[in-house]
Amino acid sequence: MISLSFLQHYWWIIVSILASLLVFLMFVQGGQSMIYSLPQNDTQKTMIVNTLGRKWEFTFTTLVTFGGAFFASFPLFYATSFGGAYWVWIAILFSFTIQAIAYEFRSKPDNVLGQKTFDLFLFLNGSLGPFLIGVAVATFFTGAMFTLNQMNQVHWATHWYGLEALLNVRNLALGFAVLFLSRINGLLYIINTLDNEAIIRRSGKALISNSVPFLIFFLFFVISLLISKGFSSDPLTGTITIEKFKYLHNLIQMPMVLILFLAGVVGVLFGIGITAFRRSFSGIWFSGVGTVLAVLSLFLIAGFNGTSFYPSLFDLKSSLTIRNASSSLFTLKTMMYVSFIIPIVIAYIWYAWKSINNNKITEAEMNSEELKY
Amino acid sequence: MIDNIDLSLVDWSRAQFALTAVYHWLFVPLTLGLSFILAIMETIYVKTGKEEWRRITRFWMTLFGINFAIGIATGIILEFEFGTNWSNYSWFVGDIFGAPLAVEGILAFFLESTFVAVMFFGWNKVNKKFHLVSTWLVAIGASLSALWILVANAWMQHPVGMIFNPETARNEMVNFWAVLFNQIAVDKFLHTISSGFLLASMFVLGISAWYLIRKREEQMAKKSILIAGVFGLLSSLMVAYTGDESARTVSKVQPVKFASMEALYEGKNNAGLIAFGVLKNTDIKIGNQNVKKFALKIQIPGLLSVLTGGDRDSYVQGLSDHISGNEKLEIVPTGEKMLRGKYAMTVLESYKKARVINDTALIASIKKVFKDNEFQNGYFKYFGYASIDKPEDVIPNVTVSFYSFHLMVVLGFLFILIFSVALYLLFKGTISDNKWFLWIALLSIPLPYIAGELGWLLTEIGRQPWIIQDMMTVSKAVSQISTGSVITTFILFAVLFTTLLISEVSIMVKQIKTGPKH
Repeated sequence: MISLSFLQHYWWIIVSILASLLVFLMFVQGGQSMIYSLPQNDTQKTMIVNTLGRKWEFTFTTLVTFGGAFFASFPLFYATSFGGAYWVWIAILFSFTIQAIAYEFRSKPDNVLGQKTFDLFLFLNGSLGPFLIGVAVATFFTGAMFTLNQMNQVHWATHWYGLEALLNVRNLALGFAVLFLSRINGLLYIINTLDNEAIIRRSGKALISNSVPFLIFFLFFVISLLISKGFSSDPLTGTITIEKFKYLHNLIQMPMVLILFLAGVVGVLFGIGITAFRRSFSGIWFSGVGTVLAVLSLFLIAGFNGTSFYPSLFDLKSSLTIRNASSSLFTLKTMMYVSFIIPIVIAYIWYAWKSINNNKITEAEMNSEELKY
Repeated sequence: MIDNIDLSLVDWSRAQFALTAVYHWLFVPLTLGLSFILAIMETIYVKTGKEEWRRITRFWMTLFGINFAIGIATGIILEFEFGTNWSNYSWFVGDIFGAPLAVEGILAFFLESTFVAVMFFGWNKVNKKFHLVSTWLVAIGASLSALWILVANAWMQHPVGMIFNPETARNEMVNFWAVLFNQIAVDKFLHTISSGFLLASMFVLGISAWYLIRKREEQMAKKSILIAGVFGLLSSLMVAYTGDESARTVSKVQPVKFASMEALYEGKNNAGLIAFGVLKNTDIKIGNQNVKKFALKIQIPGLLSVLTGGDRDSYVQGLSDHISGNEKLEIVPTGEKMLRGKYAMTVLESYKKARVINDTALIASIKKVFKDNEFQNGYFKYFGYASIDKPEDVIPNVTVSFYSFHLMVVLGFLFILIFSVALYLLFKGTISDNKWFLWIALLSIPLPYIAGELGWLLTEIGRQPWIIQDMMTVSKAVSQISTGSVITTFILFAVLFTTLLISEVSIMVKQIKTGPKH
């Protein structure tokens, strides 16, 4: 007999996997954030935009599916965070909206706004998207300003509707860490898929200069997380209390998650290392897997082991846990059956990805009559 | 604080959602239909091996690509606006409504987004057959996306397969198949995708007609007209059939909307179908609303009764039957529904209070009440009516409902005629000589867009004041954020969408003028 608790955990893992895949796939955004600094001429820019552009739909679809899965499995979070932290989510949406059309329109004649504007859209999405998503995810640990009434209707306690999250140093640190991680993955992906010595050389240099701030922000966030207080939920009553070193305790009490986290960090560092020092083209795969594992483990310590994954700083008892925010047993079970198709989805994505990426993008292809962004 | 609903907040939130939906629906139907037309064209290319068909497919694929991204961009905003602007709704029904959205992402969006990259960029990277399969999968993925979001929308029109849980103060799904095979969902899916097929066919027909007027790319234009003509005729017949089915279902499950569509205030037997009508205001009132009458009408006697009930003696319900009630049909007056709804609300509030003070005896007794069939069917069924101020508030905008429905129907028949004439002239071999028709085909491109928007206008305006029929009003569903925030984002989105639309049309026109690559 499948219990509600099992399904709540199952769905938290699914949502966490989607979130971690999203962070990895934001290599597209990371690459976009460097379209002014990385290429030295228009041909190089076209090559970079085209290698990233052929994957933008994956990132976009993963974001949409992440939203849909969160809505279906933990609707109270969807209602609370989206309906309260309005400006943060609207800014994220806005940045993704301008990205979708920028690829399709930038090089088309008579596009009204001009290529420079669409390139600016790509840059804005590339910079703001990962940063804001990082800030939004950080509030899973640092909390938000909301209260829920008896009917579970949300009231946001500030008139900034989520923008107040930008005043928290830890939120900013995760935001910047995600941004620089996206840039690192973007560089590794460009190195992997482009056949152009000049771009690869410049990407290698940029890899170092992006890895340093990434490590600083990431370490700051992780250390502050491990020494900070957390929000604990009583397994019997559901009462939320503040617990010292809660997230450190979670890592210790869930050794598998600790292993995932360490493997993830090592994966990212290894990916950077073999690319920067051994001129490997395969760094993206190590860093990609590392990113997925590290983000997955962060989500697991946010939601598992009796932890509130969306704590309320304004009204502690309104804090959300996977227990009080989830859908019903029936819905979660039905959705679980649907989720069994995910391996097939991953398999065909992999096959199609390989089919398109078999040959590297060359300057000759960009100068041919073939379709390009 | 939650109960003090700011009406302007509700109105601006509605305006923002409507704005996004209207723009979204400008782009999506073309994606739905053109993807299948591309798949058919490419199939002919693969079967015949003729390069001409490859060139034709790639030309229409370029136009598809220009339109595709903007549909996705507006779609993501729609999905997230359920949370940002309708958070109370998201919780109240998230247990049911969220599931189709998640399934949509897992089953449909990934299919579409994975293979669209192969479709665009794989011509010289994968073999012919894999490319063809990819094109078909994009088409199937697009229609699957439509299926799940329409299932979700249909549930809002006709909520089924759930029970209310007082513990969580929300509705919870108990029957997934009832949600999926909701009659409204089936009708809506078939009607909507076929309208997308029709729109794309008209798009291809109209642009091909322009080439023939300009005496350019005549072979490509005629071949495209052949595909668009056949696909468009079949689609427009399907639109008419599914539209009829939809109206019949609406007459049963949303009788107030149906009465508004027909501007039928007084129910009657032997009700006539209004083929053409012009409404005017009268001094007769239902509450504070003026009753509309026909200044002019052409009516087919008895046909409405026949279409909805099977024979001329069938009774078609009017708006008055619902406001004042109809004992014979066991329709409870709206005022009575409001009282019963308020009682149900009081019981729920008592339950919540008992929970707070942990009065176990009271909790148990109220739980018993909730399980009682008489309470469920006699009172809780009208829970949503607790938020209605005046009985006449349940009447949607009759003028908008009537005109949007009738204009859509007229356009529907016009499309059948246009596609039939196109095929007739094509097979007769005189299509290039009939400039008058080519101009009609070209100028008809906007008409399916108008018909589609009218359809959604009817669907959504005709359901007011409900966000979920009889269960939750729009005003109760809105997120409690500042009106200023919503006004700001409304303006931002309006400027963005309008700019993108202008940009898309400009790019599209340029590509059409340039024509296919040789």
